[in-house]
Amino acid sequence: MAHQILQYMLSGLSTGAIYSLIGIGFAIIYNSTGIINFAQGEFVMLGGMLTYVFLALFDFPLPAAMGLAVVLTTAVGVVFERLAIRPLRNATPLSLVIITIGGSILIRGIAMLQFGKDTHAIPAFSSNEPLTLAGATVLPQHLWILGITLCIIAVNRFFFFHTINGKAMRACSHNRRAASLVGIGVKRMVLISFAISSAMGSVAGIITAPLTMTSYDVGIMLGLKGFCAAIIGGMSSGIGTVFGGLLLGVLESLGAGLISSGYKDAIAFIILLLILFIRPQGLFRKAETERV
Amino acid sequence: MLKGNKNLVTYGMLSGIVMLAPLFFAGGYLLNVLVFVGINTLLAVALNLLLGFAGQISLGHAAFFGLGAYISGVSTATYGVNPWAAMLLAAVAVGLVAFAIGFPILKLKGHYLAMATLGFGIIVYIVFNETVDLTGGPSGLSGIPSFTVADFSFDSDMKNYYLIWGITLVAIVLSANLVNSRIGRALRSIHSSEVAARVMGVNVRLLKVQIFTLSAVLSSIAGSLYAHTMTFISPTSFGFNFSVELLTMVVIGGLGSILGPLLGAGLLTLLPEFLRTFQDYDIIVYGLLLVLMTMYLPGGLASGFTAMCARIRSRFSREVVKNAQG
Repeated sequence: MAHQILQYMLSGLSTGAIYSLIGIGFAIIYNSTGIINFAQGEFVMLGGMLTYVFLALFDFPLPAAMGLAVVLTTAVGVVFERLAIRPLRNATPLSLVIITIGGSILIRGIAMLQFGKDTHAIPAFSSNEPLTLAGATVLPQHLWILGITLCIIAVNRFFFFHTINGKAMRACSHNRRAASLVGIGVKRMVLISFAISSAMGSVAGIITAPLTMTSYDVGIMLGLKGFCAAIIGGMSSGIGTVFGGLLLGVLESLGAGLISSGYKDAIAFIILLLILFIRPQGLFRKAETERV
Repeated sequence: MLKGNKNLVTYGMLSGIVMLAPLFFAGGYLLNVLVFVGINTLLAVALNLLLGFAGQISLGHAAFFGLGAYISGVSTATYGVNPWAAMLLAAVAVGLVAFAIGFPILKLKGHYLAMATLGFGIIVYIVFNETVDLTGGPSGLSGIPSFTVADFSFDSDMKNYYLIWGITLVAIVLSANLVNSRIGRALRSIHSSEVAARVMGVNVRLLKVQIFTLSAVLSSIAGSLYAHTMTFISPTSFGFNFSVELLTMVVIGGLGSILGPLLGAGLLTLLPEFLRTFQDYDIIVYGLLLVLMTMYLPGGLASGFTAMCARIRSRFSREVVKNAQG
């Protein structure tokens, strides 16, 4: 029993790491624009699918295929911001929600037509031999996921706290008008935030694809769970969301293992609803009063 | 007074068109499609009350539609309840559910509200799939009886057409009345500013939950109508995609317009039928329509239609003036 629980927790941690990456992508865009980008999950899907396409159809080596997939997904993120988000500066939250939903349907639809409806796998980054850890088995890909996620979070932290663009983006998230008054190009920061979060989303999609397979419609669920992670973390683009993602991953994995695997996805959304009802500001943040 | 008369004429014409339409397509495939236009219009009217007037988004309305359909379906097909009683039962049950979850859910705003309703929708969808003993799971529930009155059975498209459109037209007129009443004005004040509405003495919290409940009950009735017309239901009809489709209908038709839901539901239900050759492209068309309409025609088809009429009228009057001068 103890072994089993350890096993569930380990696999939960690796799915949780994926949710964290996606959640941070949500948070970065939210903090710089106030938009919840419902198309975030589609970037995740594009990462996995494009890697598969470059591998299978063009015979690229794995690292090249992954690199190209990240670059192309980032380009999609930038184009999406340019065409759909930037022209609407004074839109209400409602129309922004609707636009990003429309964008995600569009991206998903194009992916379906281009790549078909089949589910694909991409090969694991190294061997498929399971390792044993205190009685639980771990696939090398799980370690890849945890390692890459840690790296990205570290780079992310460095970017936001030690580079001029990162600091400028943090300034925008506190107060856009004040930021523009001290000479920060707010529009450029919004563009950069879309670029970063689409790149992070695509990486999340790539590193999870060898374990969970990929198809044109994986983005919906992964995106929503990433959003859960960000909500638990109080929409922080840092450690709060990482913790939220890991918590969600572990709870979901334990629930699926010990209660019922059919309700695995429902568990995530019940957690989401509970958090929204009880602590909408996230687990780690003080409540803010709304300005009128 | 004049406005009232004008509305009366509009509704009279609308009812006339709706009632006469089947004569042209009697028994054909198109009649079957028009039955669905009726159900979707009812759903769009319901969502429009919430989204268009009170300004509260819901990405989980397919869940209420599905709950109505499944409560109706299970209670009639498995337990032999009379379809009309089942429809009432479903409406009451869904109303209670909506009222109960309305208080915590509608405390949320904007994106958070969208995500919470979406989460609710997905949970309900998963329950439809997983409770196989009750709902039949992914393979669906069949053998749902049609509506009957004494010996008369609503077993053909033609009969169901009149039943469904009758209810839908009543819902349109009732929603128009509601919106032009004191409650409707209070709803629109919530849409503009909740704080201002509260200052004016509107019980914002309760009113939002009430309109959410009304919207859910109408969706549940649409679900019952769907179940007894189709006689077969499966979870795929009530998933996230359908919630988005409903949202598209309301947005495209025109948020906060009375006839908007009819235009939106009509367009989105008929379009795929005419675009048969495009097949899979319909999802892309939805996405594009959503983005482009929100960007360039935020008032939807209804406002576009009004603006077009105004433009034609002004051009016409200008020409009249020109002719008079010439």
